[in-house]
Amino acid sequence: MDLAAIFSLEVVGAIATLVLMSIGLAVVFGMMKIINLAHGEFMMLGGYVAILATNRLGISIWISMLVLAPLVVGLFGVLVERLLVRHLYGRMIDTMLATWGLSLALVGLATMVFGNTTVGISSPLTGFAVGSYQTSGYTLFVIAVAVAVLAGLWLLFRFTDLGLCARASMQNAAMAAALGANPGRIYTLTFGLGAALSGLGGAVLAPVTGIIPTIGASYIAKAFITVIGGGSSVITGSLAASSLFGTVSQAVTFAATPVLGEVALLAAAIVLIRLLPQGITGRFFKRSI
Amino acid sequence: MQTPLLPRWGLAAARVLAVAGVLLAPLVTDTFALLAFTVYLVMAMLALSLAFIWGFGGILCFGQAAFFGLGAYAYAIGAINFGPGTGALLLAIAVPAAFAALLGYFMFYGRISDVYLGVITLAVTLILFNLANSTSGPQYRIGQALLGGFNGIPSIPTLTLPGQDAPLEPEGLFRLVGLLLIVAYAGLRWLLRTRFGQVVVAVRENERRAELLGYDARLHKLAVFAIGGAIAGLAGCLYANWGAFVNPGVFGLAQSAQIIIWVIVGGRGTLIGPMIGCVAIQWMVTALGGQQTVDTGLVLGVVLALFVMLIPRGIAPTVAGWFSRTQKAGQP
Amino acid sequence: MTSSRRQFLGTAASTAFASALSLRGLDAFAAEDKIKVVGIYDLSGGLDIYGKPVVDALRFAAEEVNQKGGLLGRQIDFVNYDAQSNMQLYAQFAQQAALKDKATVVMAGITSASREVVRPVLDRFKTLYFYNNQYEGGVCDRNYFAAGVTPAQTVQKLVPHAVKKWGKKVYIVAADYNYGQIVSAWVKKYAAESGGETVAVEFFPLDVTNFGATISKIQAAKPDFVWSALVGGAHMSFYRQWKAANMAGKIPIASTTFAGGNEHIVLSPEECNGILICQNYLQELPGAANQDFVARFHKRYGADYPYITELAMGAYQGFMLWAEGVRRAQSIDRLKVIAALESGIAIDAPSGKVSVDPITHHCTLDVHIAEVRDRKLNLVESFAQQAPSDTAAVCDLRKNPNDAKQYTIKI
Repeated sequence: MDLAAIFSLEVVGAIATLVLMSIGLAVVFGMMKIINLAHGEFMMLGGYVAILATNRLGISIWISMLVLAPLVVGLFGVLVERLLVRHLYGRMIDTMLATWGLSLALVGLATMVFGNTTVGISSPLTGFAVGSYQTSGYTLFVIAVAVAVLAGLWLLFRFTDLGLCARASMQNAAMAAALGANPGRIYTLTFGLGAALSGLGGAVLAPVTGIIPTIGASYIAKAFITVIGGGSSVITGSLAASSLFGTVSQAVTFAATPVLGEVALLAAAIVLIRLLPQGITGRFFKRSI
Repeated sequence: MQTPLLPRWGLAAARVLAVAGVLLAPLVTDTFALLAFTVYLVMAMLALSLAFIWGFGGILCFGQAAFFGLGAYAYAIGAINFGPGTGALLLAIAVPAAFAALLGYFMFYGRISDVYLGVITLAVTLILFNLANSTSGPQYRIGQALLGGFNGIPSIPTLTLPGQDAPLEPEGLFRLVGLLLIVAYAGLRWLLRTRFGQVVVAVRENERRAELLGYDARLHKLAVFAIGGAIAGLAGCLYANWGAFVNPGVFGLAQSAQIIIWVIVGGRGTLIGPMIGCVAIQWMVTALGGQQTVDTGLVLGVVLALFVMLIPRGIAPTVAGWFSRTQKAGQP
Repeated sequence: MTSSRRQFLGTAASTAFASALSLRGLDAFAAEDKIKVVGIYDLSGGLDIYGKPVVDALRFAAEEVNQKGGLLGRQIDFVNYDAQSNMQLYAQFAQQAALKDKATVVMAGITSASREVVRPVLDRFKTLYFYNNQYEGGVCDRNYFAAGVTPAQTVQKLVPHAVKKWGKKVYIVAADYNYGQIVSAWVKKYAAESGGETVAVEFFPLDVTNFGATISKIQAAKPDFVWSALVGGAHMSFYRQWKAANMAGKIPIASTTFAGGNEHIVLSPEECNGILICQNYLQELPGAANQDFVARFHKRYGADYPYITELAMGAYQGFMLWAEGVRRAQSIDRLKVIAALESGIAIDAPSGKVSVDPITHHCTLDVHIAEVRDRKLNLVESFAQQAPSDTAAVCDLRKNPNDAKQYTIKI
């Protein structure tokens, strides 16, 4: 009974982790049809900002993780958009490759600046007991952040002007421009938002995994697969794909080993794309955000 | 009709020069340079396979490393179990080709394309990586070959050509790799001039139109994918011969990324461009490893980003463009 | 555009030809009067946490020897290639060291994977090879010397100690490659010999960071202690997640791999206090020789240097052993140095006395059990001069001097 409760908690935690890993990429892909392969490195940067701010500057870990990291990485994302991505609109493959180059460069830069030892912070929350099992309280925090992020995004897209203009630009940029929205500025803000979300994800996940310059590689593959599997709707797609993959992966991990859990996730992705080539929201929940 | 840049005899001369270069180079260079160039040429063959699949077939494959790795492992297992002869070599070509055909059937007959194809091929190579990585226990063996997990398979016997009884020396291996590369390149060029090749390019240009004209796009893409897989597998086999080892890294994300970078930098849409891009980048990575000031990844990433933004067509088409312009400038 | 491509074929071929020629020409500049020592270690990529202290220690050793007048009157030129955790580069740099640099000795490799890529290359091109960190044992090769510990030296001491201190049931978590597999087998054996039992063994590839399920499984199994053979930066998250689940201190941990990558410095004290380790070297070892070494090392690299790891000391003593071999042979010729090293060489390293065993080419070393406490390793018990008995069971280079492979030791 206790084990079942722990298991469910771990599954929801895995789903939340996948959501946080992929939401930044999903925003950019869903809104701008751009695949930002430097997403993993944005997460890495977010992690470094959170850890260095906490360890070196003594700022509270909550503020470093939830405020500082998204802010810094968001601004960096705006910079990247202006310098790099702006010139490559409409060319999905080319943006993918240019951002891949950016990702390699960022890893190299981080190795040169931060050195190559793993830095980390301990989880700021204690564990708690479920029956006779101890589990990490941090998992609950991750779940809470994921829920907050999805809710916040939904409110942003549904109820604000910016969200409305963003959705309009997504559907038909020319028409939105004709109606007075400024697609260029919208794209910049959207990319910045996506980067900020990536930074937040990296910062929140940092106490779990620690940060090294190469950690982006472990994030990008899963994020990429989750986003494509989810399809073009940002929130529904991310949630649907993360739920599916997270459940499969954690269930197999429990039954066997973490490696087989990874393999199961990848196999599920292959089957999903084969059956639903446009992702989950290409077929179900078509009109959702 | 474009005036050819080289007359007919020039083409034949280029071919003879290439073959002569490969055969004679071991006589004038030292072993280290030979070994370095052997691996560069092996990787050039790998670049060639993706150049064919992507540049001419229009299939963006993120997991070309999967076929490379399968070829390397297949050769290793074959060589340890049956001896390092042509049998192992053929196995190294057949296994990846069969796998590519299977995967291709799964993807193309399901009408998957573009970035979704990229996702599936990426997932496949990652699955192979994860599986290969977790086989380090003594119970994971195929015949007499221990799979070795993260460590891979060390001390792979080098190829022995039929009719000889000693395995290849570095000189012999260099010649074999060079000649096979030339044969693969010439073979692909010839293939592209046949009717099959023309249809493949037509499918890349506009799949619907090709289908409406009566050609089976899925079958052609499947064939292209399988051929590319076979060439990548051959490259894998030669790699296992060069280093006498194979490990899960051949399936890794980094390896897949490298292949794509070679094709972009060298020129997508040509066959020779990616080969040159590959050799140039491999040489650069090795040279950078000997110094500690700048991180290799930083340089590689900047190069890739700059190429995509400033020289999107890659080295070969851009340089060829200069040549044809000067050619035209010289005409009345 | 077809003909222009053909032109490029010709260009490419002639380019290859020409550059091959030019590479040969560069060799002429290589001749100098220095003794060339080449290191090949990872300074970037996933396994780089181990590489940097090792390269620092080698550079320090070379500088020390040079300050005292060099070796045989010649200065040592130490060069390190960064293999970027990439096996292809290990092979390429090994070829370069042997063929182009014509190195006198190569010190290379952190993981067994990289060692087994480099060793055959150096054997083939006849260049002396030193492998300086702990590994699973069993390599039998006259061209190879190992300056690190093997399981029969450390695991054999720590397992009975842990069983006596904590109890009989052990749960093993190990890195999933041959080192982890072999160490786990040794732990099972020594545990059984001490009257204990192994409850379960789990293997994790080097890039796994998700240990949540395992931590639950460990709690379900209720062992008396956990043995960790986890390796690398990613596996550090086990200790973080262990503490996050409030398990730190509830079930004790023993390990022979912990601290090799500065885990005790990077992790917080709450995450790893109380872990027992067993290594050949601790920076905290008492004795004038070690204190003096640490002072000199800190003078060179700064007093805030994170920690001198066991791998760094392995590299230092490997270098010093080789230098002693050269002095005794009065030559840098490979076979003469090997013969000198086989004649019974010992040095007094900061870790204690280190002597080469001529039969296995491995070293007899002191080992120390220590407890991790507040970012320091506190000495608990020392065992002097442990012989490499596991490798000795499968390897006899006096009888078979042409041996050149790694044996799997039957456990």
